[in-house]
Amino acid sequence: MEDRFDHYEVGDFFDEMFESPGKVRPHYQMLLQRLQEMEEGEFDRKRQLAETSYLSQGITFTVYSGDEGTERIFPFDLIPRIIPAAEWEHVERGLVQRLTALNLFLHDVYHEQRILKEKVIPAEIVETSAHFRREFMGFSVPKDVYIHVCGTDLIRGRDGTYLVLEDNARCPSGVSYLLENRQAMKRVFPKLFNRHNVRPVDRYPQELLNSLRYVAPRGNPDPTVVVLSPGIYNSAYFEHSFLARSMGIEIVTGNDLVVKDSFVYMKTTRGLKRVDVIYRRIDDDFIDPTVFRKDSVLGVPGIVDAYRKGNVNLANAIGTGVCDDKVTYYYVPQMIKFYLGEDPILPNVETYLTAVESDRKFVLENLGNLVVKAANESGGYGMLIGPHAKKGEIEKFRAAILDNPRGYIAQPVISLSRSPSMCDGLIEGRHIDLRPYVICGEKISIVPGGLTRVAMRKGSLVVNSSQGGGSKDTWVLDEE
Amino acid sequence: MLSRVADSCFWLSRYIERAETNARLLDVNRQLLLDFEQDSDGNRNYWLPILATLQDQETFNSLYDKVDADSVLEYVTFEKKNTNSILSCISAARENARTIREQISSEMWEQLNKLYLYLKSPAARADYQQTPSDFYYRIMEGSHLFAGITDATMTHGEGWMFLQAGKYLERADSTSRVLDIKYHLLLPRGEIVGGTVDITQWIAVLRSCSAREAYLKIYEGQVTVPGVVEFLILHPSFPRSIRFSVDHLDRMLHRISGGSPLSFTNEAERMSGLLRSTIDYAKVETIIENGLHQYLDGIQLGLSDIAGALAKTYCEWLEETPAA
Repeated sequence: MEDRFDHYEVGDFFDEMFESPGKVRPHYQMLLQRLQEMEEGEFDRKRQLAETSYLSQGITFTVYSGDEGTERIFPFDLIPRIIPAAEWEHVERGLVQRLTALNLFLHDVYHEQRILKEKVIPAEIVETSAHFRREFMGFSVPKDVYIHVCGTDLIRGRDGTYLVLEDNARCPSGVSYLLENRQAMKRVFPKLFNRHNVRPVDRYPQELLNSLRYVAPRGNPDPTVVVLSPGIYNSAYFEHSFLARSMGIEIVTGNDLVVKDSFVYMKTTRGLKRVDVIYRRIDDDFIDPTVFRKDSVLGVPGIVDAYRKGNVNLANAIGTGVCDDKVTYYYVPQMIKFYLGEDPILPNVETYLTAVESDRKFVLENLGNLVVKAANESGGYGMLIGPHAKKGEIEKFRAAILDNPRGYIAQPVISLSRSPSMCDGLIEGRHIDLRPYVICGEKISIVPGGLTRVAMRKGSLVVNSSQGGGSKDTWVLDEE
Repeated sequence: MLSRVADSCFWLSRYIERAETNARLLDVNRQLLLDFEQDSDGNRNYWLPILATLQDQETFNSLYDKVDADSVLEYVTFEKKNTNSILSCISAARENARTIREQISSEMWEQLNKLYLYLKSPAARADYQQTPSDFYYRIMEGSHLFAGITDATMTHGEGWMFLQAGKYLERADSTSRVLDIKYHLLLPRGEIVGGTVDITQWIAVLRSCSAREAYLKIYEGQVTVPGVVEFLILHPSFPRSIRFSVDHLDRMLHRISGGSPLSFTNEAERMSGLLRSTIDYAKVETIIENGLHQYLDGIQLGLSDIAGALAKTYCEWLEETPAA
C-alpha cells in the first residue's frame, strides 16, 4: 500500500522526524506509525474537528475587507513536534540561565551599570536603545524581577543545535495557542496521548498567577491581580481574556482603572477597589499618557506615578524593552559570563553589528546572503532576507543601514529545522521555530515545550502569524 | 464586579431576549397570514404594526419602499442597519460576551457563538427562505438554550444577577410591545370587536408571547379581550407576563444590593418597587377603561427609567474621566 510518507523529502535541512530519508528518529516512531495507519479522509475529518473547535470557542482573528470583517482561525497543523526528555532538559537549563542573566542585567543597567563601566557592553548601546527608560534609573522593582514572562525564540540549525534567535521581554504573546493547541490535540487524537508520555502544559496559568502574586508591592500576601488589555479590538484579546479566565482574575481595560492619591483602583459595582499587581499587555509607550505617549487612549493616567511610589506593580516591569533590542541580544552571552561566570548553554545565532565598522563593511558587501533585522522591530517586520530579496529592497536596506548603523543587525541565513506538516493534503517538510514561555517569580519555571510556529508557505522561513505562519502542538516527553 | 462587566452582563441578556421576541413575533405574524388571503396591499396592515413597535422606523423607510412580508421580515431578521434586528441583537450580545468571557462560562460563550455563526452562515439564509418556521424556531431555541446553560453553568453571583435583571427587564418591555401591536392592528372592514378576526388576532398575540397553551388552560379555552390582557399583564406566575417579569426584576435588584425586599436602598430599587406595586394592585377593567395603549406606554417608560437608574447606581464610574 502506498504510504503518505513515501514521497516525503527530508531535504538539506535538520528534519525533526527523520534522521535521513526513510530513517525515523526513535521518539517519532509511534507517531509515524499512527499517521501511516490512518485511513484516507480520517486526517481531514480530524482537521475539521479541530478547526470547528477553534471557531466555536472564538479563537480567531479578524480579517477586514471593506466594512465586512471575517473571522479566521490561525492555521493549525495536526502533526505534533516531539522533543525528547534529555533535549528539553538542555533547553530548559539554557533558558533558566539566560533569564537569570537578563534580570540581573536589567537591575544593573537601571542601577550601578557595572556592566557598562567595565566595558563589557558599550554604554552607548544601552543609552541609544529605543526602549531604555532612563527615567527609571535608580528605581527598584519588587523582588528584583523585571521580566516576569519572557518568550525566547529558539531555532535549530542544520546540525540540530538549539540557538537563540531573539528574546521577547515585553509582552510576548501566543501562550494561549500553546494551551489551546494541546486541548485540540487531546480532542482529536485522544489515544496518542495515552501511548506517549507527554508532559502536561496546563499549569501555566497557575504558575503565572503565583509569580504575579509573588511580586506584589510590599510583600502583600493577598494582592488583587488583574490583566490589563487594550480591549477587544486588539488581535491578542482572546489571549488576554483566556489568561484572565484561567487565572480566575479580572481582565480590565484602561477605562476600568483610575488612579487616586497614587493608588490604582478598578471601578466596580461596589465602588473603587484597590489593584496591586497588573499583568499588562500594553507596551510602555501606551501605558500612561501623562508620562509616555500623550495620545494613548489605552492607558491609565497616573499609573506610572503609582508604580514609582511602589503602590502597584507592573508585569513586565517598565523598561524591559532594552532586552528586546537586537543589539543588546548580541551581548547576552557576555552578560551570562559577566553575571554568572558561566558559558552560555544556548548559543546565540552568529550576529553582525552594523554599528561596528568591521562588521558593517562585511554586512554591506554581503547583503544578498544575509538576514538583516531592524533592532527594535518584531513580528517579522523590518526584516530583509537577502537571498529572497529583490535588488531594490537590498538597496533600501543598504541606505537604511548607512543612515542608522545602530538600528540594524545582520545574521547568516539559518536553515531552520523542518517538521512534517500537512499542506494541501500532502505531508511536506516546513520550517519551524520554538517559543518557550519562561515565567520568573520566586523561581524560574517553564511549561514543557512552548509554541511551535510553522512557516506554512513552502520554502518560507518566516513563522510569524502576521506573515501567514501557523502553529502545531509541542510534546515534551517524560523520561521513561 | 467591574462596572463595565455588570453593564455588559445586563445588555448581553437584553439583546438575546430581544432577538427571541423578534423571532417569535415575526414567525407568528407570518403564520397568522397563512390563514388569510393576501390583500392587494401585500397585507401591509399586518406588517405595519410590527414596525410600529420598533423604535426606528425612519431607517426602514430609507431602505424599503414597501411595507410587506418580505421587507419587514428582512428588516427585522437580517438588516444590519437596524440595530434591533435579530442579527444585530445576536451580534451585539456576542460582542458583549466577548468582553466578559472570563466572567461567563465557556459553555455560555460557545452556545452564543454557535448561534451567531449560524446566523452569519449561508445555511441560515437557506433555512430562512425554505423553512422559515424552523429558522425562527432555531433562534428561539438558541435563546432558551442560552438561558438554561446560564442557569446550569454559571455561579449565581453578581454577574448572573445582572444577566437576570437584563433578561426580565427586556422581557417585560417585550410583552408590553407585543400587546401594543394589537392597538396598531386594524380590523378589516365589516369585522367587529370580539368577532372571528379579532379573536384570531388576540390568539396571535398570545402565541407571540408563547402564552397560548398556558392561557387556554387557565381560562378554559375562552379567548376574551380582558382575559388576554389580564393574563399577559397581571398573571403572577406565567413567566412572560409583565407582572412576573417586573417582580423578578425587582427581586434581582434587591439581591444585587443585598437590601431588604420590603424597602429600597437605591433609585433603581425604588422605581422597580413602585412599578411592581402599581401592577400588583391593578385591575384589568381599569386598564382597559383608561386605555390599554396608554397603560403600556406608562410601563415602558417606567422600565426605561429603571434601566437608567440601574446604570447610574452601579456603573456611574464608567462615565468618570480620571484626573491625572
